[in-house]
Amino acid sequence: MKPLLSSRMVLGVFIVLIAATPLVMSPFYITLLNYIGLAALVALGLVLLTGIGNLTSFGQAAFVGVGAYSTAFVTTSSSFAWLGNSPWAGFIIGLLITSAVALILGAITLKLSGHFLPLGTIAWGISLYYLFGTAEALGGHTGMTGIPPILVLGWVLDQGYEIYYLIWAFLLAAIINTKNLLDSREGRAIRALKGGRIMAEAMGVNTLYSRMAIFLFAALHASTSGWLYAHMQRFVNPTPFNIHNGIEYLFMAVIGGASSVWGAIVGSSLITILKQWLQDLLPKLFGQNGNFEVILFGLIMIIVLQRAQNGLWPLLAKLLPVQHELKTINPHAEPLAQRTLPTHGEVILEAKNVTRKFGGLIANNNMNLTVHAGEILALIGPNGAGKSTLFNQLSGVDTPSSGEVLFLGKPIGGLQSRTVAAMGMSRTFQHVKLLPTMTVLENVAIGAHQRGHKGVFSAAWRLERAEEERLLAEAARQIERVGLKELMHVEAGSLALGQQRILEIARALCSDPCLLLLDEPAAGLRHLEKQALADLLRRLKAQGMAILLVEHDMDFVMGLVDYVVVMEFGQKIAEGLPEAVQQNQAVLEAYLGGVE
Amino acid sequence: MDAQIALLLSQDGITNGAIYALLALALVMVFAVTRIIFIPQGEFVSYGALTMAMFQTGLVPSTIWLLVILGIVVVLLDSLALIKTKQNQKLFKLLGINLAYPLVLAGLLYLLPVKDMGMLLQTLFTLAILVPMGPMLYRLAFQPVASASVLTLLIISVAVHVMMVGLGLIFFGAEGLRTEAFSDARFEWGMLSVNGQTLWVIASFFSLITALYLFFERTIYGKALRATALNRVGARLMGIPPALSGKLTFFLAALIGALSGILIAPITTIYYDTGFIIGLKGFVAAIIGGLVSYPLAAGGAILVGLIEAFSSFWASEYKEIIVFTLIIPVLLWRSLRSHSMEDEE
Repeated sequence: MKPLLSSRMVLGVFIVLIAATPLVMSPFYITLLNYIGLAALVALGLVLLTGIGNLTSFGQAAFVGVGAYSTAFVTTSSSFAWLGNSPWAGFIIGLLITSAVALILGAITLKLSGHFLPLGTIAWGISLYYLFGTAEALGGHTGMTGIPPILVLGWVLDQGYEIYYLIWAFLLAAIINTKNLLDSREGRAIRALKGGRIMAEAMGVNTLYSRMAIFLFAALHASTSGWLYAHMQRFVNPTPFNIHNGIEYLFMAVIGGASSVWGAIVGSSLITILKQWLQDLLPKLFGQNGNFEVILFGLIMIIVLQRAQNGLWPLLAKLLPVQHELKTINPHAEPLAQRTLPTHGEVILEAKNVTRKFGGLIANNNMNLTVHAGEILALIGPNGAGKSTLFNQLSGVDTPSSGEVLFLGKPIGGLQSRTVAAMGMSRTFQHVKLLPTMTVLENVAIGAHQRGHKGVFSAAWRLERAEEERLLAEAARQIERVGLKELMHVEAGSLALGQQRILEIARALCSDPCLLLLDEPAAGLRHLEKQALADLLRRLKAQGMAILLVEHDMDFVMGLVDYVVVMEFGQKIAEGLPEAVQQNQAVLEAYLGGVE
Repeated sequence: MDAQIALLLSQDGITNGAIYALLALALVMVFAVTRIIFIPQGEFVSYGALTMAMFQTGLVPSTIWLLVILGIVVVLLDSLALIKTKQNQKLFKLLGINLAYPLVLAGLLYLLPVKDMGMLLQTLFTLAILVPMGPMLYRLAFQPVASASVLTLLIISVAVHVMMVGLGLIFFGAEGLRTEAFSDARFEWGMLSVNGQTLWVIASFFSLITALYLFFERTIYGKALRATALNRVGARLMGIPPALSGKLTFFLAALIGALSGILIAPITTIYYDTGFIIGLKGFVAAIIGGLVSYPLAAGGAILVGLIEAFSSFWASEYKEIIVFTLIIPVLLWRSLRSHSMEDEE
């Protein structure tokens, strides 16, 4: 079957369906759809957090509660009469409190491994639930009543179908914002959180900031859902905000499909409808009252995670003949600002007496080397010589035990890798690190992260398109420069290893560096690919780039580089021009074994 | 507050703290060996307490049927491959553990007057029902995705938790139950008055810790688990099957959980969903130990118990809030100390 629909058409059909529904459905179904919309708003945040950002939260119900209780208090308490007890004031105050809580929780857990955030949110979810139940001002377990309806441009939303439009308008905005965000500079950084944090940091992304951004995004959507809920129900009590509802939201996102925004809609519809049905059926079956439906939800959840980790949406999406649009590149976009490259022969990188000890093991002993602009230096040596350790010291990933590394005259020991990247050093990885489901273009564009400045909010509302155009044009230019133009729009994971290595070079170039560090760039390449790579490196050198490469392949190195440093057992055993090093007795012994 | 009240509260705190410490140790162990954050640990506590309570009211605990059903599902999943490859010996073992054992146990429970057989036998029967569920749970829920990310395992763990809570409501009903104390003795030393149950808890705590220590230090299986915790791939290459480590760990976790439930049931009224909160307090302790350190986790557990006891005196309504917000400064302290960034995949 040929793809027939564009994703814009799918969205159009969805909007028409939403708009027409109240005209044909009975109030019972409208109420059900209201609940689905409210849940989907929360689940959508979890899609971003869990499916895309590789984090999760069990405490989203508590954020819903913050939104609901804030507005309940602001609209009913006499102490807020000066704000006219307006629901919109309640909305803003709810968002502010939510942001504060999310920022605090995020600040203390997001630096730790990924599982501390969910554990933190469990504790916070339970504490807040108890607080709702005990605080006198919030009505304790009986809750708060008399919450007014929302007023929009003089229209009082006190009927189910009226607030229906408001709920689904918010949801629609959230869907569009999320899709926009994911398709932007910040979005690429967020998508790199799953399996690519080290790479992203080396490309200049502040991954802590990205994690915080999505946690805040998810929390604010949950809070919005709570605000809508409070004004729909017109009363609040603690029950809907307990930890088990928080878990249920996560089930919706995961069962629906946490890797796509539509998964949130599918999941929340399925769970909400099933719950409605099972809550009638099961208590009769077991002869007592209780939330028995969670047994089934738990079971579905386990099966989904064992059999279809991406949830139901990908299975449904196969049935929809939707065409993926290719990104358009505007070749006339204004080029990004470039740094002025150092003049030929200037010292770029200098290692001074670098020693790195791991306990009793001396991996690098008193290493010295210098890289000049417009020069290629090769660091070679047999396996276990300490090349990778030295590479880590040079690229700022690791700090020497003694000695120092100067980049453009400044010491880089102890700096974050994104700071070093910003100074103009960029690198590739020995084991290729790219995001296999993103296109070549998107992968390369991550390299340009620090050359753009528009934030998450601009991205969600498409206020950064001019900058985005320039970033993509730059990525396309670098892809062309390394000769991958034909593959620009394919998924990076489908490339051959050699091409993936070239892709990494394009990504590094995208950050506009003056020094390239290449970790075994020729490993796994075929003969012709090696020639192409060598040609590329020669061209870069001619343009004034300084290049340091760690390599095994002597043939590749000898015809290409200007200067060679040979290591064995953590020490430098020889250095000089390639021809001289090739004749060096110590080098021959290290590589071929000595004569006893 | 006078010294006598302080002593009383400390005694409460230490008793509960000892239970939290056992749970915290189990949580750290399960996480170290399998990378699973074992949220259902608390359900074993309520199952243990309530199964015991059902014995004492003269009923056959419904949990036995969960064991039978879990066993049947395991047999259905695993027997086909064994039949095809004609591994008869393994097949008999599978049928024996997962089918024959639960059925024989069920038969015994219906025939024997367990109500009148004394605390010790009741305890043993409770463990006989619940502990084998640990490995079965591992087989069914976790083994197929053993190499998934910590996050996926955590979500599955939460799914198992909500299932067990729901089933607990079916098995035990919404009423809370309390069991008979192991001993009614009271001991007076000056101002200090200690009741027998507290001594039982403390004694069980120390004997269990000693038993675990001997298991991990002296037996080949204990060493296999330690090896797996240190280096999963390395242990596998040395011939320690990951499935075995997983099942063994879950066996121990279920044992610790159920036993904790039996110990705490005479002190506190246990409802079908109380275990979750008790288990989470074990978690707060385990997190104090960074999910890696056993001594820190145990110390943290005693601290949690004491804070809980004293806050129930000063601000009883806010007791749970205080205990669970305790996690915040702990995480803050850990966060400030951490510099590394890891890729979790």
